[in-house]
Amino acid sequence: MSSAREEILGRVGRILGPGRTPAATAYTAIERPYLRRHHEDGVLDLFAERTADYRATVHRVDPADLPGAVARALTGSRYAVPGGLPAEWLAEVDPARLAHDPGIGELDGLDGVVTGCAVAIAETGTIVLDHGPGQGRRALTLVPDYHLIVVTADQVAPDVPEALERLDPARPLTFISGPSATSDIELNRVEGVHGPRTLEVILTVRSP
Amino acid sequence: MSEHATRDRGRASMPTYLGMPPFPEAAGKAVADTRLRGNLAHATGTIRDRRLSAVAELDDWDALREAGKQIKDHTLEHLDHYLLLLEEKITAAGGTVHWARDAAEANRIVADLVRATGHTEVVKVKSMATQEIGLNEALAEEGITAYETDLAELIVQLGDDRPSHILVPAIHRNRAEIRDIFRSRMPDAPADLSDSPAELAEAARRHLRAKFLSAKVAVSGVNFAVAETGTLVVLESEGNGRMCLTLPETLISVMGIEKVLPTWQDLEVFLQLLPRSSTAERMNPYTSTWTGVTPGDGPRDFHLVLLDNGRTDTLADQVGRQALRCIRCSACLNVCPVYARAGGHAYGSPYPGPIGAILSPQIRGIGSPVDASLPYASSLCGACFEACPVAIDIPEVLVHLRAEAVEEGPKHPLVGTAMAAAGWTLRSPRRLALAQRLASASRRLVGRRGQIRRLPGPLRAWTDSRDAPAPPPESFRAWWKRTNGGRS
Amino acid sequence: MRIALFVTCLNDTMFPDTGKAVVRLLRRLGHEVEFPAAQTCCGQMHFNTGYRKQVTPMVRSFAETFAPYDAVVTPSASCAAMVRDWHPRIDSGAAPVASNVYELAEFLVDVLGVTDVGAYYPHRVTYHPTCHSLRMLKIGDRPLQLLRAVRGLELVELPDATECCGFGGTFALKNSEVSAAMGADKVACVRATGAEALCAADNSCLMHIGGILTRTGPDVRTVHLAEILASTEEDPHE
Ligand code: SF4
Repeated sequence: MSSAREEILGRVGRILGPGRTPAATAYTAIERPYLRRHHEDGVLDLFAERTADYRATVHRVDPADLPGAVARALTGSRYAVPGGLPAEWLAEVDPARLAHDPGIGELDGLDGVVTGCAVAIAETGTIVLDHGPGQGRRALTLVPDYHLIVVTADQVAPDVPEALERLDPARPLTFISGPSATSDIELNRVEGVHGPRTLEVILTVRSP
Repeated sequence: MSEHATRDRGRASMPTYLGMPPFPEAAGKAVADTRLRGNLAHATGTIRDRRLSAVAELDDWDALREAGKQIKDHTLEHLDHYLLLLEEKITAAGGTVHWARDAAEANRIVADLVRATGHTEVVKVKSMATQEIGLNEALAEEGITAYETDLAELIVQLGDDRPSHILVPAIHRNRAEIRDIFRSRMPDAPADLSDSPAELAEAARRHLRAKFLSAKVAVSGVNFAVAETGTLVVLESEGNGRMCLTLPETLISVMGIEKVLPTWQDLEVFLQLLPRSSTAERMNPYTSTWTGVTPGDGPRDFHLVLLDNGRTDTLADQVGRQALRCIRCSACLNVCPVYARAGGHAYGSPYPGPIGAILSPQIRGIGSPVDASLPYASSLCGACFEACPVAIDIPEVLVHLRAEAVEEGPKHPLVGTAMAAAGWTLRSPRRLALAQRLASASRRLVGRRGQIRRLPGPLRAWTDSRDAPAPPPESFRAWWKRTNGGRS
Repeated sequence: MRIALFVTCLNDTMFPDTGKAVVRLLRRLGHEVEFPAAQTCCGQMHFNTGYRKQVTPMVRSFAETFAPYDAVVTPSASCAAMVRDWHPRIDSGAAPVASNVYELAEFLVDVLGVTDVGAYYPHRVTYHPTCHSLRMLKIGDRPLQLLRAVRGLELVELPDATECCGFGGTFALKNSEVSAAMGADKVACVRATGAEALCAADNSCLMHIGGILTRTGPDVRTVHLAEILASTEEDPHE
């Protein structure tokens, strides 16, 4: 008896037949008449607007005001922070209120988590974590009920195609568009199920 | 000769829900259930308009749709190549790839993997593939308990119910019914739980939190698998997917072989098509991607089960193959007037609605009365084709499968004879004219004020709910001849 | 231009007035129309029900019958769609003839270039865009352009207009409960408009909706687009 693998591949090969154009050649013939981006201008405004559309709170601040903005956002008592988060972001927060890379058991008892991100997408109001420095392993941003993300202006890609170009698929990635939600009751969107129920975003833009 | 023509079917199985009658019977009952019809009309009505505006927001929607179709068609044309590439990349990234010809084989693989971990509980994130193979039931037979974590799946599981929609399996339940199910079946549900969706979501959050934090094994489906990088992609809303994909030590994902995509870049098309078609969002709240295992982050052990289960049979059918482009967005269900009235259960399969009507008979074969009835579960109005983000011409496939049902399905001698007689009449203008004269002669007998209240034989189904016009005194053809086209 | 009328088997047998209206209308616009007596049926019912072996001879005979004409006009969107979309795929030899086939509204607006056909129909009318006219032929608002130019006609918008009426050929028999439920919802929308007449480009759908209308009340009648367009002050629709 042949293995499932040989049998499936064998059937596929027989159905599709020999003498096909090599996949790599045929692939280049795929037409992609769609746009690379839907908006040229006002990308940062668009990002702020679209992120807020999904009931995330968005603050726009000058990089110099970031530490103050972070401190103002953290109104609870204790927060998780990942390794590699720039120390100056937390300059105005009492270090005793911060738990560095806590274990899963501890995470559930914290008030929230503060991270950076890898890329953001203006068109869809999405923030992507690649869980590199300053973003923590995936569990860190999942278990707490509140997530504060700092996005810098240069991280905002206008649209999905350019965002994917900037990302490394070898890393685990999490695309976040608003707080956790569900459409499972009567196909209406309701915020707040298993992931963080509050998403707050600070977008740093240098004032002209 | 193609494999299809020789009827050399591969191995496939899918639960036909036990004792399911053919579609017309099941749908006939559902139509009479006014609460069900109300729930469905409300939910699908809500999503229809929102989908239209989510789609209208992108000027290049048709171009995205065309690209999505072409990418999928290309992948299917080179499916063996991309599956091998996917296997190679996942293996290189520390994952293990398994192949399953049918449901039983896939279930066996998953059960063995779970048993090898020494655990008897798994958390699950909604997946059509595991519905299709009946994984939960198979695991239960092995003493393994599967906990559904998607809100709608949880509602279905707690209510001992069956899914009726591919995205929102509990769409047939309204909020009050959901509250009642939670109150009676969820041990830790608050006694004063109301039917506000936010409170219901909160109850589910509390119910599942401990499960997530202690789960050691998770089972997931897959939305897309990128061959060039070995990356798997899951789109979701609630965060239960992230929980399942991240917290346990072992992750087992089950995917149909048609879910593979050639390149990372191809995602730029599908990440635009899927959320807007599915939940009418610009982007769904969470999308997770992972490639094999990542030391120090997420599961240590990752397994992918590649499932055929009738897909190669579908691939062998030149017309039916396009069903394999499906990205399970559920737009076709939400716009379907038949689905909105018959509900998902009438389709007798985990895949309801227009896509189910073309997928189930292809996966299971067209031999059973249920499967032979599914291609007829449509008025061919074309709303599904119009909405489908990968341009599956569902009416075309339905008509194609109807021909298969006539030629290979269960025989209906009466209908066959009637159709043959009608065909014989319609092939000749002389015979048609004769039939018309007979019809006109009978008009006095059958009609009252031009309307017929009751027709005999199989035509009674018409007059059960509507009048039929009485034949006119003279056919057009007879009039034309008599008056020389109205000139005399 | 040599114009043929493809009246369709349903209109020929059950709704001859629609065919007569097309003839009257085109004559009024200065075009003579011929009725090739060899015509029968486009094969749609057999094709859509899965009896494909019976269809090929019908496709061939259609192509032969209508080959001599420059344009074939038909007062049925779904038959026009069957011919244009499917005949060439069933028999490639049928392609040249198929491409000359026009549904009436298309023929008037696209080929003859008229929207005001000089009609008079002093009634409150709502229009149901049948699925095949909308999604297969994609005739868009051509029928509405024609109706808006009809003197005396008050056009009222039909709620949920693009929703299928539930006819669907043999679907109406095979899944009669679902079909009737869809029809009942359509009828409720029609009644909500307060229209005296429901108009469409397909008598098949009108027969289904009309059958429910007459069963449930005497208030709304159905009328094919051709009959409204053929109606004039001198020669009004009865
Ligand atoms: S057939 Fe098309 S519309 Fe239906 S679920 Fe699949 S992708 Fe979506």
